[in-house]
Amino acid sequence: MSDSQDLTGTGAPQGGPQPGEREQITLINVREGMFGAQGDTSGYDLLVKPVEMPGASERPYGEWFDGVVDVLEELLGDDAAAAIQHVVVDRGELTLHIAREHLPAVAQHLRDDQDLRFEMCLGVSGVHYPADQGRELHAVYPMQSITHNRRLRLEVAVSESDAHIPSITSIYPMNNWHERETWDFFGIVFDGHPSLARIEMPDDWVGHPQRKDYPLGGIPVEYKGAEIPSPDNRRQYR
Amino acid sequence: MTQTAPHATGAFVEDPDAPEYSAYGGDWSDIADEAARLAQQRIVVNMGPQHPSTHGVLRVMLEIEGETVTETRAGIGYLHTGIEKNMEFRTWTQGVTFCTRMDYVASMSQEAVYCMGIEKLLGITDDVPERANILRVLMLELTRIGSHLVAVGTGGNEMGATTVMTTAFVAREDTFRVIEMISGLRTNNAYIRPGGVAQDAPEDAVALIRKVIPQIRQKLDELADLQLENPIFKGRLKGVANLDLAGCMALGITGPILRSAGLPYDVRKADPYFGYETYDFQVPTSTDADAYSRVVLRLEECYESLKIVEQCADRLEQTAGQPVMVADKKIAWPAQLSVGSDGQGNSLDHIRHIMGESMESLIHHFKLVTEGFKVPAGQVYSAIEGPKGLLGVHLVSDGGTKPWRAHFRDPGFNNLQALSILTEGGQVADVVVAIATIDMVLGGVDR
Repeated sequence: MSDSQDLTGTGAPQGGPQPGEREQITLINVREGMFGAQGDTSGYDLLVKPVEMPGASERPYGEWFDGVVDVLEELLGDDAAAAIQHVVVDRGELTLHIAREHLPAVAQHLRDDQDLRFEMCLGVSGVHYPADQGRELHAVYPMQSITHNRRLRLEVAVSESDAHIPSITSIYPMNNWHERETWDFFGIVFDGHPSLARIEMPDDWVGHPQRKDYPLGGIPVEYKGAEIPSPDNRRQYR
Repeated sequence: MTQTAPHATGAFVEDPDAPEYSAYGGDWSDIADEAARLAQQRIVVNMGPQHPSTHGVLRVMLEIEGETVTETRAGIGYLHTGIEKNMEFRTWTQGVTFCTRMDYVASMSQEAVYCMGIEKLLGITDDVPERANILRVLMLELTRIGSHLVAVGTGGNEMGATTVMTTAFVAREDTFRVIEMISGLRTNNAYIRPGGVAQDAPEDAVALIRKVIPQIRQKLDELADLQLENPIFKGRLKGVANLDLAGCMALGITGPILRSAGLPYDVRKADPYFGYETYDFQVPTSTDADAYSRVVLRLEECYESLKIVEQCADRLEQTAGQPVMVADKKIAWPAQLSVGSDGQGNSLDHIRHIMGESMESLIHHFKLVTEGFKVPAGQVYSAIEGPKGLLGVHLVSDGGTKPWRAHFRDPGFNNLQALSILTEGGQVADVVVAIATIDMVLGGVDR
């Protein structure tokens, strides 16, 4: 059972090739044990299995993806290799891993070039991967082109100790609140944001609640004489 | 009131001696007169968070001179309940019951986009049975009608026209009658599930759909008659809360506000899902870009949705008896629900089968319900056209039975950013119109 796909048991088509074929980019999680539950008596408790995001793709990417990457590389010129770290095609979706210092330039080209024309950035979704050393915090920007009816994803990874990403609100003003939300929940600092204040949590809140090391909270509840622990303390499948 | 800590909205009142006025109803002119008497030029008004026109709990900070708004800031977060965080501690199926509570006026939209994302992660999008997709479209369109009716109805109520609200809510109740008959619940349904829907429509559902369509249409006619040529209504809404196409694009506005500026962008047409490309309907647009045109658009969209509901009824008749859940028993919820003497629950036939006839079925039921199913590692983004605009979801799976991350792009959250540009330079009374025309629901904004 070394192949992560085998454990799914869903009969779904193989989402990505076997490990080793594609260059791995993101370590999502390190799963322990065989059955998800801690303390099982089967002897498989010591099984440690890293779970990787589908890795980098090779050309041709298929569909319209090659054209967009070509145009972007041409516009970026000498910076292209440094800016676009990886290209991933998975489940029919294109993900561009961008080095954070090049994010504003990439966003500017995506918005302005007539062959790209991604008019809208649909926000920024933070993701916390504590096991991904040095790249713990990811900011994911879904981009929507209305002109060409396309959608792609920019992904920027930074470390927890240096969680800074340039703001793209000057290019996509719509991202103002979304960046505030991701700062609030994940503690990613968007440099250059006009007013990077908390938006959902109170102003004096301590910590960033959507990080994986931040507890869910909750209290045990008594039901018909039995005590049920709070959701994050229950014995449960992972 | 002195504040030393940094504040999200910036300290409006730096002068501790500045006078404060508290108003709970009453005429604004009384307060303005009082302020004028004290020779105050610049007044900061805190509207909400507990204010009936704020569609939940929205705090609006207004800086005004006389009757003119010079600066508007929206403060949100009062309804933040950590739904996205909670979803990381529940199975993929249980997540449906959480996300349905985000925008509680359009519950089905979140369920639909979330299940669409899971199905994409699983790679089973094409395996969802036709009848399940018909039921999803039916539910989404009834939800769209209900949501638009709330937008139009409460918008009318906030301007003092209670009849508009009662008429709209009567029509909305008709959509709920169908939704309740099929899903068992009026709102927060948890009806759309990964792989299909929770249960098939009962036999008499089509008859009820056909019965309520003319009733809803009549109420829509009534709402149009009540409002659209009313001189007061036109006076309050025409040319108010303008936002042109350039403004919409800069602020990422989608839904009726974007279409009122002239761009016919509708995800149902641009990137069809659940078989929307096979339905006959139009996307109404306007170029007036004001609050009035958005009310017209919402009503027109309701008529278009009714057309889709009619087509759904025909198709439900044609597909009677077909499955409503994927065939893969490792994903499909093991039981259909049924209504017994003690309410809705698992069907007795199923209970008899697992408890008395088949140990294997019992094991499968238990495993699937307690553990859930595993979803291959990866991330997806899926989007649908919610009643309020583009509703997106970003899902990440670590290969386990729970989402690693589920993030919703609520259209209300994004569109509320436009409040400042819609209100600054206008009258105080038009702030309420601007909030109504955005039509966000704070449960969705704050999640």
